[in-house]
Amino acid sequence: MGGIWVHGELAADGSLAKLSTEVATLARVLAADSGGSEVTGIVIGADPSGAAKELAAYVPAVWTVTEPLTGDHAGGMIAAQRMAALVEAHDPDVIVAGAGPEGRDLAGALSALTGRGVLANATAVRGTPDGPIATHSVFGGKLITDSAFVDGRGIITVRPNSVTAEPADKAGTVEAAAVSGELEQPAVPIVDRIEAATKAASIDDARIIVAGGRGVGGPDGFKLIEDLAKVLGGAVGATRAAVDSGWIPYSQQIGQTGKIVKPQLYLAMGISGAIQHKVGMQTASTIIAVNRDPDSPIADFADMIVIGDLVAVGNALLAQLRGRSG
Amino acid sequence: MRIVVLTKPVPDPASGGERLGPDGRLDRANSPAVVNGNDEYVLEKALKLIEAAGEGEVILLSMAPATAPETMRRALAMGATKGVLVTDPALEGSDTVATTRVLAAALKTLEFDLVFAGVDTSDGVAGVVPPGVAALTGLPFLSYAATIEPDAAARSVRVQRITPTGYDVLEAPMPALISGTQALGEPRYPSLKGIMAARSKEITTLSLADLEIESDAVGLKGAATKVVDSRKPEPRGATKVVREEPDEAARQVVALLTERRLI
Repeated sequence: MGGIWVHGELAADGSLAKLSTEVATLARVLAADSGGSEVTGIVIGADPSGAAKELAAYVPAVWTVTEPLTGDHAGGMIAAQRMAALVEAHDPDVIVAGAGPEGRDLAGALSALTGRGVLANATAVRGTPDGPIATHSVFGGKLITDSAFVDGRGIITVRPNSVTAEPADKAGTVEAAAVSGELEQPAVPIVDRIEAATKAASIDDARIIVAGGRGVGGPDGFKLIEDLAKVLGGAVGATRAAVDSGWIPYSQQIGQTGKIVKPQLYLAMGISGAIQHKVGMQTASTIIAVNRDPDSPIADFADMIVIGDLVAVGNALLAQLRGRSG
Repeated sequence: MRIVVLTKPVPDPASGGERLGPDGRLDRANSPAVVNGNDEYVLEKALKLIEAAGEGEVILLSMAPATAPETMRRALAMGATKGVLVTDPALEGSDTVATTRVLAAALKTLEFDLVFAGVDTSDGVAGVVPPGVAALTGLPFLSYAATIEPDAAARSVRVQRITPTGYDVLEAPMPALISGTQALGEPRYPSLKGIMAARSKEITTLSLADLEIESDAVGLKGAATKVVDSRKPEPRGATKVVREEPDEAARQVVALLTERRLI
């Protein structure tokens, strides 16, 4: 049948993951470029109906697969097998998923099970008569590449925060898809769920991020970062050095081995801007740095750098921001 | 306990020396290589588990050009027991589909209790090879591990998988495949003794023929994806440097935030 499929990923509470709304928006653009390919959302879960309804706001049709096992088992491999069966039966041209943990697990297993290639971690996708072209930021942002499938067909994963999600003009339909066959891969049970002790706001979707690096000096120094984030209505981020020192949890880490973010404002406190951190935040709309060292790498890509002591500058900024809001 | 660690030599992200070849693919021969960062975290965890158990082996498995032993020696110097290198001229230009197939085939020639891999590599940043290898080998797959706790007596392994709100505790029988993150802990530096010992450690080489994979199915020939264009990104605007005293500097920051409607 051809067409473009969107993997509708479930969040922990069973709602649709925000990343899937971005992926769906991008798939619609891709379909329009390709001369009106059909876009179909696929939601696989123990109770896919809620997320499917949400996804239908973005795409003309959504298929659901009810798979009770995913309620208390690692979901990626299970969803990949069901998706592979659907791909086998309906032969879509392109399958688009998010490039987060769930989407990568799904895409990797789906690729292996179907033999289809993956264009991974795309920052943009456009359609051509010969198939989609995905744009990637490589070598820490030093280079942008465009890649395509040799035969125009395959799997694409899309980096979070690459596009702004926009619902379609009119909501789509939801129907259950028929899937047959055994699950041949071993299902891995979830034996317990642990809530993180930190109540730190998520950096994934934050409009404003205030981040601290080695220069913050310790866990006490992060109090200032937290206060700045609070008054700006933002989330707290960190470099690997700050996380490895145990000053702040890994969930807040930005960069090559952490998360990639794209906020409107990135306020970098005591962060040198080494390549491993830069890859995670360089696409922020506005970057403001406070650093003692005028020669630090961040001076080359920030919009503004304040040369000075981060505690003194941070406290002055905090006082002025509080003065405004108070 | 035997743990196989999938390690990939990648261009050193800190070197700034990475470049593309004429075919638009990464020029691995001319980019200085290091062990992929996320692979070092899982290797460290594997070494700690073997040390704690007081017995066992850590076996490195790489698919890489014939020059890879240099990079593999560094991982051996950290304490791995031996290395297995899948190398073949026909593998050059392989995409993730071929890489997944080759690693899965190589694993079938090895005996192990656990397989570890980094969640992604810093060159491709795809993160699709570990789940693909799990699918092709039929091993239970436990991804995004922040902790890994094997129970040798029960022949099972527990993993805390990172989720947006905390952790899912996963449990599977051995053998199993686990992809791990930086949360596993800082990798050690090789000691001088380790570096000396690594020189005489065994690195076994496997070719495509050894794995009974046809050369047309892999490499540039078999690739399902291709790079069609590359360019420099649009430069960001000029940086405004503020050297005033804290109060005045803060005023300038607030002015920029106001101008850009961020507050």
